[in-house]
Amino acid sequence: MADFAPAQLNEAGSLPAERFGMLKRFMANRSFVIGGALFLFVVMVALLADVIAPFDPLRNNFRYRLGPPNAAHLLGTDSFGRDVLSRVLHGSRVSLVIGLLVVILTGLFGTLIGAVSGYVRRLDNLIMRIMDGFMAFPPILLAIAIGAVLGPSLLNAVIALTVAYTPRTARIVRASVLVVRESEYVEAARALGAGHVRILFRHILLNSLGPLLVQLTFIFALAILAEAVLSFIGVGPSPPTPTFGNIIADGRNYIAEAPWITIWPGIAIMVTVLGLNLLGDGLRDVLDPRLRAEAR
Amino acid sequence: MLRYLVNRIASASLVLLVVSLFTFVLIWLVPGDVASQLADPGASVEELQRIRARLNLDQPWHVQLLSWYGNLLRGDLGQSFLLNRSVTEAIIERIPVTLSLTLLALVIAVVLGVSAGIIAAVHHGGWADQSIMALALVGLSIPDFWLGLVGIYVFAVALGWLPSGGFVPLLQDPVGWARSMALPAFTLGITQVGLIARITRSSMLDVLGQDYVRTARAKGVPAFKVVAKHAFANALIPVITVTGVIVGVLLGGAVVIEQVFSLPGVGRLIIGAVLRRDYPVIQGGLLLLAFIYVFVNIIVDLLYAYVDPRVRYG
Repeated sequence: MADFAPAQLNEAGSLPAERFGMLKRFMANRSFVIGGALFLFVVMVALLADVIAPFDPLRNNFRYRLGPPNAAHLLGTDSFGRDVLSRVLHGSRVSLVIGLLVVILTGLFGTLIGAVSGYVRRLDNLIMRIMDGFMAFPPILLAIAIGAVLGPSLLNAVIALTVAYTPRTARIVRASVLVVRESEYVEAARALGAGHVRILFRHILLNSLGPLLVQLTFIFALAILAEAVLSFIGVGPSPPTPTFGNIIADGRNYIAEAPWITIWPGIAIMVTVLGLNLLGDGLRDVLDPRLRAEAR
Repeated sequence: MLRYLVNRIASASLVLLVVSLFTFVLIWLVPGDVASQLADPGASVEELQRIRARLNLDQPWHVQLLSWYGNLLRGDLGQSFLLNRSVTEAIIERIPVTLSLTLLALVIAVVLGVSAGIIAAVHHGGWADQSIMALALVGLSIPDFWLGLVGIYVFAVALGWLPSGGFVPLLQDPVGWARSMALPAFTLGITQVGLIARITRSSMLDVLGQDYVRTARAKGVPAFKVVAKHAFANALIPVITVTGVIVGVLLGGAVVIEQVFSLPGVGRLIIGAVLRRDYPVIQGGLLLLAFIYVFVNIIVDLLYAYVDPRVRYG
């Protein structure tokens, strides 16, 4: 499956054969392809929500409240007569934006904290004990508490989830920094007189990207799940903003007479998160075949 | 072993210090004036001052910190605003529900997950393996509270087999208790089955490839006995480790599941407090669940050291 032919340097000094081999390995990985396709589908839906949604997700229609699915409303309507399909489509947008922001911020802070901890020996113990402390809270509970204190909004949900997931990321970055810093090419760079900043960013962090990327894909999945919980209990973006969790919270009281309000956003979450989980599995298989399921 | 235990407890105390410090700082993160948020609109200055005094917020920070830790050591988590009673009492009253829910879910997750993982590993590459692994991944992608709502729809609304929520104390009516806990425990547990199955499978596959397993097979030990006796005990070690993590996830999940099924546990207490900004209750609940998590992980680590001597002498 994988192509282990020695890489040939072309005149420009890049490694086309190796790059091509990498792409081939990705495309040969079933998890990566299926997960990528699922996730891409959700992203397209979110981007095109305005175009494909048949109704305004906020428009009430009191003449068709709790309406079962029909030709006009494919997934039925909620207690305000709002079109569930349109709300789910727009909800994917909000949920993905929150997930993406959490991933970016977690990646940023996690890398910073993990890199400092792994590279600066004297701070390592202190920083990691603090991270351990934060990891003692169940992440979702930590996010709920922070969200509760800051008040319900999209931005605060992002902050809460970033605090909840940064410690794990920092730990992973630290672990790979600890390994890479002992490698011979880092020693070589040091011998050549490279400064700490250059060694850390150019040599160590660049070579720690693989595990970080895998972790961030899983964090994206976790953030989507957690955002739904936050919205569901009323600590996320305030209603009537459609998010997966808000729609489920709306449907909860009508589960007996209008189950479609609850069921469809849950399936949307499942598809999104499944896509991300598959993508993460595939990335891990290709980027680091030594790591297996237990690494999660 | 004793040195290992002492080390473990020392690092756990450090973790608890960070945990309690963060919980203490939490109330300072409230944007704006805490007192005016808690008071009725149009409350008098005296009223606001009274609320601040009750939260110790009228004191300088070091006095607040000292009294926080002083109270903590005495098991005093402050007074709830809405319940008009001590947070400690309110929590103690509700903790059995949360613990039994978490424990039941853990048992369900471990039993189902370990069995599925072993079946997958033994039939490595076959259809059983592939379908179990696919299901495991789907399971990891399901939001637990949503699964609970779907469960309510199917088993309570459509089939009418189980109650849609509410709690019956075990001592009052064991059958009613089992019926009231069945759906919540299953929804909570089932979301973690996938993770345990994946880890059991990969650790089982590792062990099944070891020399001593080959030796056992070569000398004619029956296939079932190889798996049950030689492989299983050794494959269990990573599963024990992950159990500690899973307890944390389950405790967090229980908070939401209690809300879905109207179970009177700590989670419901916390969420009720979240919606009404009853900060002492949020702080107390957060602290307590983190303490339980740390405590469970000490036990897990000791168990781990007991099972694997390399850890305690390492």
